Amino acid sequence: MTLEEAIVVEHLPDAGGYWRIELRAPAIAPRVRPGQFVHVRLTAPADAILRRPFSVFRTEDDRLELLYKPVGRGTRAMTELRPGAVISLLGPLGRGFPTPAPDRFPVLVAGGYGMAALYLLGRESGRAGIVFVGGASAVDVLCVPEFEALGWEVRVATEDGSRGLRGQVTDAFDAWAASELSDRTPELFACGPNGMLRAVGERAIARGWTAWLSMDRAMGCGVGACLTCVQKVRDPSHPDGWTWARVCREGPVFECREIVWEDDV
Amino acid sequence: MSPSTEPSLEVRLGSLVFRNPVMVASGTFGYGPEYAELVDLSALGAIVVKGICREPTRGNPPPRTVETPSGLINAIGLPGPGVAGFIRDYLPFLRRVPTPVIVNVWGRTVEEYGEVVESLDREEGVHGYEINVSCPNIKEGSRAFGVHLDMFRRVVERVRAATRRPVIPKLAPNVSDIAAFARAAEECGADAISLINSIPAMAVDIETRRPILGNVTGGLTGPAIHPIAVKLVWEAARAVRIPTIAMGGIRDAADAIEFMIVGATAVAVGTANFVEPRTAVRVVEGIRDYLVRHGMTSVADLTGSLRLEGLPCGG
Ligand SMILES: Cc1cc2nc3c(=O)[nH]c(=O)nc-3n(C[C@H](O)[C@H](O)[C@H](O)COP(=O)(O)OP(=O)(O)OC[C@H]3O[C@@H](n4cnc5c(N)ncnc54)[C@H](O)[C@@H]3O)c2cc1C
Ligand SMILES: Cc1cc2nc3c(=O)[nH]c(=O)nc-3n(C[C@H](O)[C@H](O)[C@H](O)COP(=O)(O)O)c2cc1C
Ligand code: FES
Repeated sequence: MTLEEAIVVEHLPDAGGYWRIELRAPAIAPRVRPGQFVHVRLTAPADAILRRPFSVFRTEDDRLELLYKPVGRGTRAMTELRPGAVISLLGPLGRGFPTPAPDRFPVLVAGGYGMAALYLLGRESGRAGIVFVGGASAVDVLCVPEFEALGWEVRVATEDGSRGLRGQVTDAFDAWAASELSDRTPELFACGPNGMLRAVGERAIARGWTAWLSMDRAMGCGVGACLTCVQKVRDPSHPDGWTWARVCREGPVFECREIVWEDDV
Repeated sequence: MSPSTEPSLEVRLGSLVFRNPVMVASGTFGYGPEYAELVDLSALGAIVVKGICREPTRGNPPPRTVETPSGLINAIGLPGPGVAGFIRDYLPFLRRVPTPVIVNVWGRTVEEYGEVVESLDREEGVHGYEINVSCPNIKEGSRAFGVHLDMFRRVVERVRAATRRPVIPKLAPNVSDIAAFARAAEECGADAISLINSIPAMAVDIETRRPILGNVTGGLTGPAIHPIAVKLVWEAARAVRIPTIAMGGIRDAADAIEFMIVGATAVAVGTANFVEPRTAVRVVEGIRDYLVRHGMTSVADLTGSLRLEGLPCGG
């Protein structure tokens, strides 16, 4: 992990209200592994003091790209950054996705910014598989051309049916698993809303597959010091069978059997 | 600049000598290894580790922190490995770091404070104890230690009896007379005092009308509390002869120097570590520059150098 003053190279709005920001970060970019994130120091608003975590979407030589949605004060202010601006990055952080097992068929499941968190895995997996991507409407479905360019098959589900299957991304996955999986064993990699991750994990446990889930928790330090970002995980050595893991350090990626889901998600 | 004009940054707390007056505050720097890749630990005055109690603890349910204007409310709830876990998992690392280690200690009873310090006192590599009587996130009585003078005295006396290493009670900010707590610490044999801990605070999500923190309330830290801390440090430091370690919203050397002018011997950087992990190191450099600029030969000359001539409280 390194602290680096990165320079904004390009910053453009994308579909679905998302933005793509490309940063020159020669110390961090070449070291990012799939599923890792960077902790970005906001330059505005001035009274927002904490950094914000973002998955690294793509890397290319000394540059890295983030794909983000303005959802609050910090991310809205981020959209004002112009090429040439300098922002402080801390990264790469966290334990990302493992290398896909060679004897499994890789399956990616994404919602929201999940496509950004999964792209590097798709690029570096060594073999193309299938990607399931969901969104509320057609405009919310991101990165399809990027995955197709890597040779991955992409299946889309939208809640309003404006693109691909009408329904949840897990519906698209279920349909595929029922009719096209045949005798292959999939290995699942997922990033998206908690409900989606939980649904993916339940399927994996029921069928005996492995599923790697990238969890999203509000963060403070991003390096394991503040104990803000905790997630309940199984721990047989503890009398109650669970403990808190730090999503920024032990995560953000967990195998689905590690996660203890709580009723509110 | 020639070495002979290099100002001295060394400070003393009881029997301890620190290479400079800038530490990292408890709970904002983990146990040391978390920041080792980013920060030169040997450039810090001291490392104050996260609060340790007798048994392993889990802390509060999330959300554990919420950002507020220029501040952060936390209700982490003092999770930790317990004293045995700390000795086993973190002390070997810390012993290899050439920087004094101060262990922040808390307990649910007076006796527990004493027992934790006794366990740690058998170990090499622990250089002092910051006694956390003031964390707003522990409900089982601990808060009472920080705001009731009689309870406060009992804790400090019990810890004092358990060790010859420096004992540093950490004062709660939410008391009506901070000087009384500072004096009580000194009378009970403390080697220094530290302040301030976080200020009790709360935030509500107006859409759901629910408290944002899992623990409902927490403690405010960060730049928002700095001016409050300056006033409390001023009041506490001038009430005692033992040194004061000041913390609360330090972002840069100016904030640290302000604390020293009102009476602090040393300072600790807290929330700013999350924003810029190298803040403490930069504060050291900034203090050195200030001393040079003002022709001061020692950082000790800064402590209590507040000028009050002609003012109502100037005495
Ligand atoms: C490991 C990790 C990777 C991430 N990767 C990406 C990414 O690639 N692209 C992306 O767009 N976002 C990503 N996020 C989420 C992103 O960090 C948040 O959207 C951002 O911190 C919000 O900051 P803000 O100042 O705009 O919002 P705040 O002002 O902090 O909050 C405003 C609103 O945003 C909501 N919010 C706050 N934090 C989150 C969060 N973590 N997730 C969802 N909503 C939140 C709050 O509920 C609130 O209503 C990631 C988060 C994590 C933990
Ligand atoms: C996340 C977090 C955890 C903390 N944990 C402890 C702790 O375990 N023990 C303690 O005495 N103080 C704890 N504190 C308080 C700090 O040590 C310090 O007193 C306070 O944050 C004020 O300094 P700051 O404004 O620079 O952060 C914690 C503060 C934060 C933000
Ligand atoms: S964000 Fe601080 S421990 Fe994870």
